[in-house]
Amino acid sequence: MPADNLKCRECGEVYPLEAKYVCERCFGPLEVGYDFSEMTDVGAVRRRIQAGPQNIWRYADFLPLEGGPPGPSNKLASRAGLPAGCTPLVKAERLAEALGLGEVWVKNDAANPTHSFKDRVVSVATARAKELGFEVLACASTGNLANAVAGQAAALGMESYVFIPSDLEEQKILATGVYGTNVVAVRGNYDDVNRLCTELSGERESWAFVNVNMRPYYAEGSKTLAYEIAEELGWTTPDRVIAPIASGSLFTKIAKGFEEWLDLGLIEGSLPVMNGAQATGCSPVAQAYEAGHDVCRPVKPDTIAKSLAIGNPADGPYAVELARRSGGAIDAVTDDEIREGIRLLAETTGIFTETAGGVTTATLAKLAQRGDIGPDERVVVVITGEGLKTLDAVRGTFETHTIDPSFDAFEAEFATAGAR
Amino acid sequence: MAVTVKLPTQLRAAAGGASSVQVEGTTVAEVLDAVYVAHPELKDRLSDDDGQLRRFVNVYVGGEDIRFGDGLATSVADGAEVQVLPAVAGG
Repeated sequence: MPADNLKCRECGEVYPLEAKYVCERCFGPLEVGYDFSEMTDVGAVRRRIQAGPQNIWRYADFLPLEGGPPGPSNKLASRAGLPAGCTPLVKAERLAEALGLGEVWVKNDAANPTHSFKDRVVSVATARAKELGFEVLACASTGNLANAVAGQAAALGMESYVFIPSDLEEQKILATGVYGTNVVAVRGNYDDVNRLCTELSGERESWAFVNVNMRPYYAEGSKTLAYEIAEELGWTTPDRVIAPIASGSLFTKIAKGFEEWLDLGLIEGSLPVMNGAQATGCSPVAQAYEAGHDVCRPVKPDTIAKSLAIGNPADGPYAVELARRSGGAIDAVTDDEIREGIRLLAETTGIFTETAGGVTTATLAKLAQRGDIGPDERVVVVITGEGLKTLDAVRGTFETHTIDPSFDAFEAEFATAGAR
Repeated sequence: MAVTVKLPTQLRAAAGGASSVQVEGTTVAEVLDAVYVAHPELKDRLSDDDGQLRRFVNVYVGGEDIRFGDGLATSVADGAEVQVLPAVAGG
Protein backbone atom coordinates (compact mmCIF):
# COMPACT_ATOMS: atom_id res chain seq x y z
CA MET A 1 0.00 0.00 0.00
CA PRO A 2 1.19 3.56 -0.58
CA ALA A 3 0.71 4.46 3.12
CA ASP A 4 4.12 3.96 4.67
CA ASN A 5 4.46 5.77 7.99
CA LEU A 6 3.04 7.98 10.68
CA LYS A 7 4.68 11.39 10.68
CA CYS A 8 4.53 14.17 13.28
CA ARG A 9 2.98 17.32 11.83
CA GLU A 10 5.01 19.46 14.21
CA CYS A 11 8.56 18.05 14.23
CA GLY A 12 8.57 15.51 11.39
CA GLU A 13 9.49 12.50 13.52
CA VAL A 14 8.48 9.27 11.77
CA TYR A 15 6.82 6.20 13.33
CA PRO A 16 5.55 2.84 12.02
CA LEU A 17 1.84 2.44 11.18
CA GLU A 18 0.72 1.41 14.66
CA ALA A 19 -2.04 2.49 17.08
CA LYS A 20 -0.24 5.70 17.94
CA TYR A 21 -1.48 9.28 17.65
CA VAL A 22 0.96 11.50 19.50
CA CYS A 23 4.59 12.27 18.79
CA GLU A 24 6.64 11.09 21.74
CA ARG A 25 9.13 13.91 21.23
CA CYS A 26 6.87 16.96 21.06
CA PHE A 27 3.26 15.77 21.59
CA GLY A 28 2.37 16.89 18.05
CA PRO A 29 -0.31 15.00 16.10
CA LEU A 30 0.73 12.08 13.91
CA GLU A 31 -0.55 11.91 10.36
CA VAL A 32 -0.36 9.10 7.81
CA GLY A 33 2.40 9.63 5.25
CA TYR A 34 2.20 8.08 1.76
CA ASP A 35 4.59 7.21 -0.97
CA PHE A 36 2.76 7.65 -4.26
CA SER A 37 5.93 7.52 -6.36
CA GLU A 38 4.83 4.33 -8.11
CA MET A 39 1.46 5.79 -9.00
CA THR A 40 2.51 7.24 -12.33
CA ASP A 41 -0.22 5.99 -14.68
CA VAL A 42 -3.01 8.43 -13.86
CA GLY A 43 -5.42 6.84 -16.33
CA ALA A 44 -4.99 3.43 -14.73
CA VAL A 45 -5.62 4.86 -11.26
CA ARG A 46 -8.84 6.53 -12.45
CA ARG A 47 -10.03 3.32 -14.08
CA ARG A 48 -9.30 1.32 -10.95
CA ILE A 49 -11.34 3.79 -8.90
CA GLN A 50 -14.24 3.71 -11.35
CA ALA A 51 -14.25 -0.11 -11.33
CA GLY A 52 -14.36 -0.14 -7.52
CA PRO A 53 -17.39 -0.58 -5.25
CA GLN A 54 -19.93 2.17 -4.66
CA ASN A 55 -18.43 3.08 -1.30
CA ILE A 56 -15.25 4.58 0.13
CA TRP A 57 -13.23 1.44 -0.60
CA ARG A 58 -13.05 2.52 -4.24
CA TYR A 59 -10.36 4.89 -2.88
CA ALA A 60 -8.47 2.14 -1.03
CA ASP A 61 -5.19 3.15 -2.70
CA PHE A 62 -5.37 6.40 -0.75
CA LEU A 63 -6.37 4.94 2.61
CA PRO A 64 -4.05 3.50 5.27
CA LEU A 65 -4.87 -0.20 5.10
CA GLU A 66 -2.21 -2.84 4.60
CA GLY A 67 -4.46 -5.45 3.07
CA GLY A 68 -6.47 -3.20 0.78
CA PRO A 69 -10.20 -2.91 1.39
CA PRO A 70 -11.73 -5.29 3.92
CA GLY A 71 -13.94 -8.20 2.90
CA PRO A 72 -13.90 -10.49 -0.13
CA SER A 73 -10.72 -9.80 -2.04
CA ASN A 74 -12.03 -10.54 -5.53
CA LYS A 75 -12.10 -7.43 -7.71
CA LEU A 76 -11.32 -5.31 -4.65
CA ALA A 77 -15.07 -4.89 -4.36
CA SER A 78 -15.82 -4.94 -0.67
CA ARG A 79 -19.23 -4.61 0.82
CA ALA A 80 -18.23 -5.98 4.23
CA GLY A 81 -19.21 -4.27 7.44
CA LEU A 82 -21.20 -1.09 7.05
CA PRO A 83 -19.78 0.53 3.93
CA ALA A 84 -19.93 4.31 3.85
CA GLY A 85 -19.66 6.94 1.16
CA CYS A 86 -20.69 7.56 -2.42
CA THR A 87 -23.30 9.96 -1.12
CA PRO A 88 -25.19 12.27 -3.51
CA LEU A 89 -23.76 15.55 -4.74
CA VAL A 90 -26.90 17.51 -5.52
CA LYS A 91 -27.05 20.60 -7.72
CA ALA A 92 -28.94 23.07 -5.56
CA GLU A 93 -30.35 25.49 -8.11
CA ARG A 94 -33.11 26.85 -5.90
CA LEU A 95 -30.69 27.42 -3.03
CA ALA A 96 -28.30 29.24 -5.37
CA GLU A 97 -31.16 31.37 -6.68
CA ALA A 98 -32.38 32.23 -3.18
CA LEU A 99 -28.91 33.52 -2.30
CA GLY A 100 -28.15 35.18 -5.63
CA LEU A 101 -25.31 32.77 -6.38
CA GLY A 102 -24.26 31.14 -9.63
CA GLU A 103 -23.68 27.47 -8.87
CA VAL A 104 -24.14 25.67 -5.55
CA TRP A 105 -23.84 21.94 -4.91
CA VAL A 106 -24.81 20.12 -1.74
CA LYS A 107 -22.76 17.10 -0.71
CA ASN A 108 -25.36 15.23 1.31
CA ASP A 109 -23.45 13.06 3.76
CA ALA A 110 -26.58 12.41 5.78
CA ALA A 111 -27.02 9.62 3.19
CA ASN A 112 -24.56 7.35 5.02
CA PRO A 113 -25.51 4.18 6.95
CA THR A 114 -25.86 5.92 10.33
CA HIS A 115 -26.71 9.25 8.70
CA SER A 116 -23.55 11.29 9.07
CA PHE A 117 -20.06 11.63 7.59
CA LYS A 118 -18.72 9.80 10.65
CA ASP A 119 -19.35 6.47 8.92
CA ARG A 120 -16.42 7.31 6.63
CA VAL A 121 -13.90 7.88 9.38
CA VAL A 122 -15.15 4.99 11.49
CA SER A 123 -14.96 2.60 8.52
CA VAL A 124 -11.29 3.41 8.02
CA ALA A 125 -10.41 3.42 11.75
CA THR A 126 -12.20 0.12 12.28
CA ALA A 127 -10.65 -1.60 9.28
CA ARG A 128 -7.20 -0.55 10.49
CA ALA A 129 -8.05 -1.54 14.08
CA LYS A 130 -8.94 -5.03 12.89
CA GLU A 131 -5.69 -5.24 10.94
CA LEU A 132 -3.84 -4.34 14.14
CA GLY A 133 -5.71 -7.02 16.07
CA PHE A 134 -8.13 -4.93 18.16
CA GLU A 135 -11.46 -6.46 19.17
CA VAL A 136 -13.01 -3.56 21.10
CA LEU A 137 -14.04 -0.22 19.57
CA ALA A 138 -14.52 2.97 21.58
CA CYS A 139 -14.93 6.70 21.01
CA ALA A 140 -15.52 10.10 22.57
CA SER A 141 -18.51 11.51 20.75
CA THR A 142 -20.83 14.48 20.34
CA GLY A 143 -23.41 12.02 18.97
CA ASN A 144 -22.87 11.25 15.32
CA LEU A 145 -19.67 9.36 16.03
CA ALA A 146 -21.45 7.37 18.73
CA ASN A 147 -24.04 6.26 16.15
CA ALA A 148 -21.32 5.32 13.67
CA VAL A 149 -19.12 3.38 16.10
CA ALA A 150 -22.06 1.48 17.59
CA GLY A 151 -23.40 0.64 14.12
CA GLN A 152 -20.05 -0.41 12.71
CA ALA A 153 -19.26 -2.53 15.78
CA ALA A 154 -22.63 -4.26 15.44
CA ALA A 155 -22.06 -4.98 11.75
CA LEU A 156 -18.64 -6.48 12.43
CA GLY A 157 -19.52 -8.26 15.68
CA MET A 158 -17.15 -6.19 17.80
CA GLU A 159 -17.65 -5.07 21.38
CA SER A 160 -17.97 -1.29 21.74
CA TYR A 161 -18.05 1.52 24.28
CA VAL A 162 -19.25 4.98 23.33
CA PHE A 163 -18.68 7.95 25.61
CA ILE A 164 -21.02 10.94 25.21
CA PRO A 165 -21.91 14.09 27.15
CA SER A 166 -24.93 13.25 29.31
CA ASP A 167 -26.96 16.21 27.93
CA LEU A 168 -26.87 14.98 24.32
CA GLU A 169 -29.98 15.09 22.12
CA GLU A 170 -32.26 12.15 22.93
CA GLN A 171 -32.47 11.12 19.25
CA LYS A 172 -28.71 10.59 19.12
CA ILE A 173 -28.68 8.55 22.33
CA LEU A 174 -31.52 6.33 21.12
CA ALA A 175 -29.91 5.90 17.71
CA THR A 176 -26.76 4.69 19.48
CA GLY A 177 -28.17 2.38 22.14
CA VAL A 178 -30.28 0.48 19.63
CA TYR A 179 -27.12 -1.14 18.22
CA GLY A 180 -26.40 -2.92 21.49
CA THR A 181 -23.33 -0.93 22.45
CA ASN A 182 -22.25 0.20 25.92
CA VAL A 183 -23.48 3.81 26.13
CA VAL A 184 -21.50 5.77 28.72
CA ALA A 185 -23.07 9.18 29.44
CA VAL A 186 -20.48 11.37 31.14
CA ARG A 187 -21.61 14.22 33.38
CA GLY A 188 -19.79 17.03 31.60
CA ASN A 189 -19.34 18.55 28.16
CA TYR A 190 -17.60 16.98 25.17
CA ASP A 191 -14.21 18.28 26.26
CA ASP A 192 -14.63 16.50 29.60
CA VAL A 193 -15.58 13.32 27.72
CA ASN A 194 -12.56 13.70 25.48
CA ARG A 195 -10.21 14.23 28.43
CA LEU A 196 -11.54 11.07 30.07
CA CYS A 197 -11.14 9.07 26.85
CA THR A 198 -7.61 10.36 26.29
CA GLU A 199 -6.72 9.09 29.75
CA LEU A 200 -8.65 5.83 29.27
CA SER A 201 -6.97 5.06 25.96
CA GLY A 202 -3.65 4.99 27.80
CA GLU A 203 -5.00 2.62 30.45
CA ARG A 204 -7.02 0.36 28.10
CA GLU A 205 -4.42 -0.40 25.50
CA SER A 206 -6.43 -3.26 24.03
CA TRP A 207 -9.21 -0.85 23.01
CA ALA A 208 -9.26 0.96 19.70
CA PHE A 209 -10.52 4.46 20.48
CA VAL A 210 -11.31 5.52 16.94
CA ASN A 211 -10.65 9.22 17.58
CA VAL A 212 -7.82 8.84 20.10
CA ASN A 213 -5.24 6.10 19.53
CA MET A 214 -6.65 5.35 16.04
CA ARG A 215 -7.03 9.02 15.16
CA PRO A 216 -4.44 9.18 12.35
CA TYR A 217 -6.33 6.44 10.45
CA TYR A 218 -9.76 7.76 11.40
CA ALA A 219 -8.96 11.24 10.13
CA GLU A 220 -7.87 9.89 6.73
CA GLY A 221 -11.44 8.74 6.13
CA SER A 222 -12.55 12.35 5.68
CA LYS A 223 -10.38 12.65 2.56
CA THR A 224 -12.93 10.49 0.77
CA LEU A 225 -15.36 13.42 0.84
CA ALA A 226 -12.94 15.37 -1.35
CA TYR A 227 -12.33 12.38 -3.62
CA GLU A 228 -16.05 11.92 -4.16
CA ILE A 229 -16.70 15.59 -4.81
CA ALA A 230 -13.89 15.69 -7.37
CA GLU A 231 -15.02 12.48 -9.04
CA GLU A 232 -18.68 13.57 -9.07
CA LEU A 233 -17.66 16.88 -10.68
CA GLY A 234 -15.87 15.05 -13.49
CA TRP A 235 -12.35 14.86 -12.01
CA THR A 236 -12.16 18.57 -11.23
CA THR A 237 -12.07 20.64 -8.05
CA PRO A 238 -14.84 23.07 -7.11
CA ASP A 239 -13.88 26.73 -6.62
CA ARG A 240 -14.98 26.83 -3.01
CA VAL A 241 -15.89 24.37 -0.27
CA ILE A 242 -17.84 25.28 2.86
CA ALA A 243 -17.53 22.73 5.67
CA PRO A 244 -18.24 22.74 9.40
CA ILE A 245 -15.47 22.83 11.98
CA ALA A 246 -15.61 21.03 15.32
CA SER A 247 -12.11 19.63 15.94
CA GLY A 248 -10.97 20.85 12.51
CA SER A 249 -10.11 17.35 11.33
CA LEU A 250 -12.79 17.06 8.61
CA PHE A 251 -12.05 20.56 7.31
CA THR A 252 -8.30 19.98 6.97
CA LYS A 253 -8.60 16.44 5.57
CA ILE A 254 -10.96 17.54 2.79
CA ALA A 255 -8.17 19.84 1.65
CA LYS A 256 -5.60 17.05 2.01
CA GLY A 257 -7.73 14.86 -0.27
CA PHE A 258 -7.88 17.50 -3.00
CA GLU A 259 -4.17 18.27 -2.67
CA GLU A 260 -3.12 14.62 -2.95
CA TRP A 261 -5.07 14.19 -6.16
CA LEU A 262 -3.91 17.53 -7.58
CA ASP A 263 -0.27 16.59 -6.88
CA LEU A 264 -0.75 13.28 -8.69
CA GLY A 265 -2.45 14.94 -11.64
CA LEU A 266 -5.60 12.89 -11.11
CA ILE A 267 -7.82 15.98 -11.20
CA GLU A 268 -7.89 19.38 -12.86
CA GLY A 269 -8.07 22.65 -10.98
CA SER A 270 -6.53 23.98 -7.79
CA LEU A 271 -7.10 23.80 -4.07
CA PRO A 272 -10.60 25.22 -3.46
CA VAL A 273 -11.08 28.26 -1.28
CA MET A 274 -11.81 26.63 2.08
CA ASN A 275 -14.47 28.25 4.27
CA GLY A 276 -14.92 26.89 7.78
CA ALA A 277 -18.21 27.15 9.65
CA GLN A 278 -18.74 27.28 13.40
CA ALA A 279 -21.55 28.16 15.78
CA THR A 280 -21.06 31.45 17.65
CA GLY A 281 -21.69 29.59 20.91
CA CYS A 282 -18.64 27.43 20.27
CA SER A 283 -16.28 29.23 17.93
CA PRO A 284 -12.70 28.90 19.20
CA VAL A 285 -11.37 28.39 15.66
CA ALA A 286 -13.33 31.30 14.17
CA GLN A 287 -12.11 33.50 17.03
CA ALA A 288 -8.48 32.50 16.46
CA TYR A 289 -8.90 33.21 12.74
CA GLU A 290 -10.47 36.60 13.44
CA ALA A 291 -7.74 37.54 15.94
CA GLY A 292 -4.90 36.41 13.67
CA HIS A 293 -3.73 33.81 16.19
CA ASP A 294 -2.34 30.39 15.34
CA VAL A 295 -3.50 28.76 18.57
CA CYS A 296 -7.09 28.41 19.68
CA ARG A 297 -8.10 29.50 23.14
CA PRO A 298 -10.58 26.91 24.45
CA VAL A 299 -14.18 27.91 25.16
CA LYS A 300 -17.12 26.47 27.10
CA PRO A 301 -19.64 25.51 24.39
CA ASP A 302 -23.18 26.92 24.51
CA THR A 303 -24.97 26.24 21.23
CA ILE A 304 -27.72 24.11 19.72
CA ALA A 305 -25.11 22.74 17.29
CA LYS A 306 -24.02 20.04 19.73
CA SER A 307 -22.29 17.96 17.08
CA LEU A 308 -19.87 20.88 16.64
CA ALA A 309 -19.58 21.68 20.35
CA ILE A 310 -15.87 21.04 20.84
CA GLY A 311 -14.43 23.86 22.91
CA ASN A 312 -10.87 22.57 22.69
CA PRO A 313 -10.34 21.72 19.01
CA ALA A 314 -7.39 19.41 18.34
CA ASP A 315 -6.80 20.52 14.75
CA GLY A 316 -7.76 24.15 15.30
CA PRO A 317 -4.32 25.58 14.43
CA TYR A 318 -4.23 23.65 11.16
CA ALA A 319 -7.77 24.73 10.28
CA VAL A 320 -6.82 28.39 10.76
CA GLU A 321 -3.70 27.91 8.67
CA LEU A 322 -5.71 26.23 5.87
CA ALA A 323 -8.36 28.93 5.76
CA ARG A 324 -5.65 31.57 5.36
CA ARG A 325 -3.58 29.61 2.86
CA SER A 326 -6.54 28.84 0.60
CA GLY A 327 -7.92 32.38 0.59
CA GLY A 328 -10.91 31.32 2.67
CA ALA A 329 -12.14 32.27 6.11
CA ILE A 330 -13.74 30.83 9.23
CA ASP A 331 -17.09 32.31 10.19
CA ALA A 332 -19.46 31.82 13.08
CA VAL A 333 -23.27 31.94 13.02
CA THR A 334 -25.80 32.33 15.84
CA ASP A 335 -28.30 29.70 16.94
CA ASP A 336 -31.11 31.65 15.22
CA GLU A 337 -29.09 31.73 12.00
CA ILE A 338 -28.54 27.96 12.36
CA ARG A 339 -32.31 27.37 12.60
CA GLU A 340 -32.82 29.60 9.55
CA GLY A 341 -30.08 27.69 7.73
CA ILE A 342 -31.81 24.38 8.38
CA ARG A 343 -35.08 25.80 7.01
CA LEU A 344 -33.39 27.41 4.00
CA LEU A 345 -31.72 24.14 2.98
CA ALA A 346 -34.88 22.12 3.56
CA GLU A 347 -37.15 24.53 1.68
CA THR A 348 -34.86 24.90 -1.34
CA THR A 349 -33.34 21.41 -1.70
CA GLY A 350 -35.57 18.93 0.13
CA ILE A 351 -32.60 18.00 2.32
CA PHE A 352 -33.27 18.05 6.06
CA THR A 353 -30.03 18.50 7.95
CA GLU A 354 -29.09 18.49 11.60
CA THR A 355 -27.78 21.62 13.31
CA ALA A 356 -24.25 21.24 11.90
CA GLY A 357 -25.69 21.50 8.38
CA GLY A 358 -27.61 24.55 9.55
CA VAL A 359 -24.27 26.07 10.56
CA THR A 360 -22.81 25.33 7.13
CA THR A 361 -25.84 26.61 5.20
CA ALA A 362 -26.05 29.74 7.34
CA THR A 363 -22.36 30.37 6.66
CA LEU A 364 -23.01 30.02 2.92
CA ALA A 365 -25.79 32.61 3.27
CA LYS A 366 -23.49 34.90 5.23
CA LEU A 367 -20.71 34.69 2.64
CA ALA A 368 -23.26 35.35 -0.13
CA GLN A 369 -24.64 38.40 1.65
CA ARG A 370 -21.15 39.70 2.29
CA GLY A 371 -20.35 39.45 -1.41
CA ASP A 372 -17.45 37.07 -0.84
CA ILE A 373 -18.62 34.59 -3.48
CA GLY A 374 -18.09 35.48 -7.13
CA PRO A 375 -20.94 35.06 -9.66
CA ASP A 376 -19.06 32.40 -11.63
CA GLU A 377 -17.96 30.32 -8.66
CA ARG A 378 -18.82 26.66 -8.29
CA VAL A 379 -19.48 26.21 -4.56
CA VAL A 380 -19.86 22.94 -2.65
CA VAL A 381 -21.57 22.92 0.74
CA VAL A 382 -20.81 19.89 2.90
CA ILE A 383 -23.86 18.65 4.82
CA THR A 384 -22.52 16.28 7.44
CA GLY A 385 -25.62 14.93 9.18
CA GLU A 386 -29.33 14.19 9.28
CA GLY A 387 -32.10 16.47 10.54
CA LEU A 388 -33.98 13.69 12.30
CA LYS A 389 -31.19 13.60 14.88
CA THR A 390 -31.80 17.16 16.11
CA LEU A 391 -35.56 17.61 15.94
CA ASP A 392 -35.65 20.23 18.69
CA ALA A 393 -34.03 22.69 16.30
CA VAL A 394 -37.16 22.83 14.14
CA ARG A 395 -39.83 22.29 16.77
CA GLY A 396 -42.29 25.19 16.79
CA THR A 397 -40.94 26.77 13.62
CA PHE A 398 -44.03 26.13 11.50
CA GLU A 399 -47.80 25.85 11.83
CA THR A 400 -49.75 22.63 11.50
CA HIS A 401 -53.30 22.83 10.12
CA THR A 402 -55.45 20.71 12.41
CA ILE A 403 -58.96 20.12 11.02
CA ASP A 404 -61.97 17.83 11.39
CA PRO A 405 -62.14 15.05 8.77
CA SER A 406 -64.56 16.83 6.44
CA PHE A 407 -64.31 18.62 3.11
CA ASP A 408 -65.93 21.74 4.56
CA ALA A 409 -63.38 21.89 7.35
CA PHE A 410 -60.54 21.67 4.84
CA GLU A 411 -62.10 24.34 2.63
CA ALA A 412 -62.68 26.61 5.60
CA GLU A 413 -59.12 26.25 6.83
CA PHE A 414 -57.47 26.88 3.51
CA ALA A 415 -59.85 29.62 2.45
CA THR A 416 -58.81 31.60 5.49
CA ALA A 417 -55.16 30.65 5.00
CA GLY A 418 -55.40 32.00 1.47
CA ALA A 419 -53.90 28.89 -0.07
CA ARG A 420 -54.44 27.82 -3.66
CA MET B 1 1.08 17.72 51.64
CA ALA B 2 2.11 17.46 48.01
CA VAL B 3 0.53 17.81 44.60
CA THR B 4 -0.06 14.70 42.47
CA VAL B 5 0.87 15.05 38.80
CA LYS B 6 -0.64 12.39 36.54
CA LEU B 7 1.42 11.57 33.48
CA PRO B 8 0.05 10.18 30.22
CA THR B 9 1.39 6.86 28.94
CA GLN B 10 3.44 8.68 26.28
CA LEU B 11 5.59 10.31 29.00
CA ARG B 12 6.04 7.45 31.40
CA ALA B 13 9.19 6.02 29.83
CA ALA B 14 10.83 9.41 30.35
CA ALA B 15 9.74 9.34 34.00
CA GLY B 16 11.18 5.97 34.91
CA GLY B 17 7.86 4.27 34.19
CA ALA B 18 5.91 6.26 36.78
CA SER B 19 2.24 7.02 36.03
CA SER B 20 2.26 9.90 38.52
CA VAL B 21 4.68 11.91 40.59
CA GLN B 22 4.32 13.76 43.90
CA VAL B 23 5.84 17.25 44.00
CA GLU B 24 5.52 20.55 45.85
CA GLY B 25 4.35 23.79 44.28
CA THR B 26 1.65 26.47 44.48
CA THR B 27 1.30 27.28 40.78
CA VAL B 28 1.28 25.11 37.66
CA ALA B 29 4.66 26.56 36.68
CA GLU B 30 6.17 25.66 40.06
CA VAL B 31 4.65 22.20 39.96
CA LEU B 32 5.99 21.50 36.47
CA ASP B 33 9.42 22.86 37.37
CA ALA B 34 9.49 20.43 40.29
CA VAL B 35 8.51 17.62 37.92
CA TYR B 36 11.36 18.61 35.60
CA VAL B 37 13.82 18.50 38.50
CA ALA B 38 12.71 14.96 39.29
CA HIS B 39 12.59 13.88 35.66
CA PRO B 40 14.71 16.22 33.48
CA GLU B 41 13.79 14.43 30.25
CA LEU B 42 10.20 15.64 30.55
CA LYS B 43 11.06 19.32 30.24
CA ASP B 44 11.92 19.19 26.57
CA ARG B 45 8.83 17.12 25.79
CA LEU B 46 6.39 19.52 27.41
CA SER B 47 7.84 23.00 27.04
CA ASP B 48 9.29 24.99 24.17
CA ASP B 49 12.47 27.09 24.16
CA ASP B 50 10.65 30.02 25.80
CA GLY B 51 9.49 27.92 28.72
CA GLN B 52 5.89 27.94 27.49
CA LEU B 53 3.90 24.73 27.12
CA ARG B 54 4.08 23.22 23.66
CA ARG B 55 0.90 23.88 21.72
CA PHE B 56 -0.30 20.27 21.75
CA VAL B 57 0.09 19.80 25.51
CA ASN B 58 -2.96 20.23 27.75
CA VAL B 59 -2.69 20.66 31.50
CA TYR B 60 -5.62 20.36 33.89
CA VAL B 61 -5.90 21.27 37.57
CA GLY B 62 -8.73 19.41 39.27
CA GLY B 63 -10.13 18.55 35.83
CA GLU B 64 -10.19 22.17 34.59
CA ASP B 65 -8.04 23.23 31.62
CA ILE B 66 -5.51 25.79 32.88
CA ARG B 67 -6.28 28.00 29.88
CA PHE B 68 -9.59 28.74 31.62
CA GLY B 69 -7.52 29.85 34.61
CA ASP B 70 -4.27 31.82 34.50
CA GLY B 71 -2.27 29.39 32.36
CA LEU B 72 1.03 28.47 33.96
CA ALA B 73 0.28 30.96 36.76
CA THR B 74 -2.88 29.05 37.75
CA SER B 75 -2.75 28.33 41.45
CA VAL B 76 -2.61 24.75 42.67
CA ALA B 77 -4.02 23.92 46.08
CA ASP B 78 -2.34 21.52 48.47
CA GLY B 79 -3.42 17.97 47.64
CA ALA B 80 -4.73 18.91 44.19
CA GLU B 81 -4.35 16.73 41.13
CA VAL B 82 -2.58 18.10 38.05
CA GLN B 83 -3.04 16.13 34.85
CA VAL B 84 -0.94 16.35 31.70
CA LEU B 85 -2.51 15.04 28.47
CA PRO B 86 -1.91 15.18 24.73
CA ALA B 87 -4.18 17.74 23.04
CA VAL B 88 -4.69 16.00 19.72
CA ALA B 89 -7.48 13.60 20.64
CA GLY B 90 -11.11 13.80 19.67
CA GLY B 91 -13.31 15.32 17.04
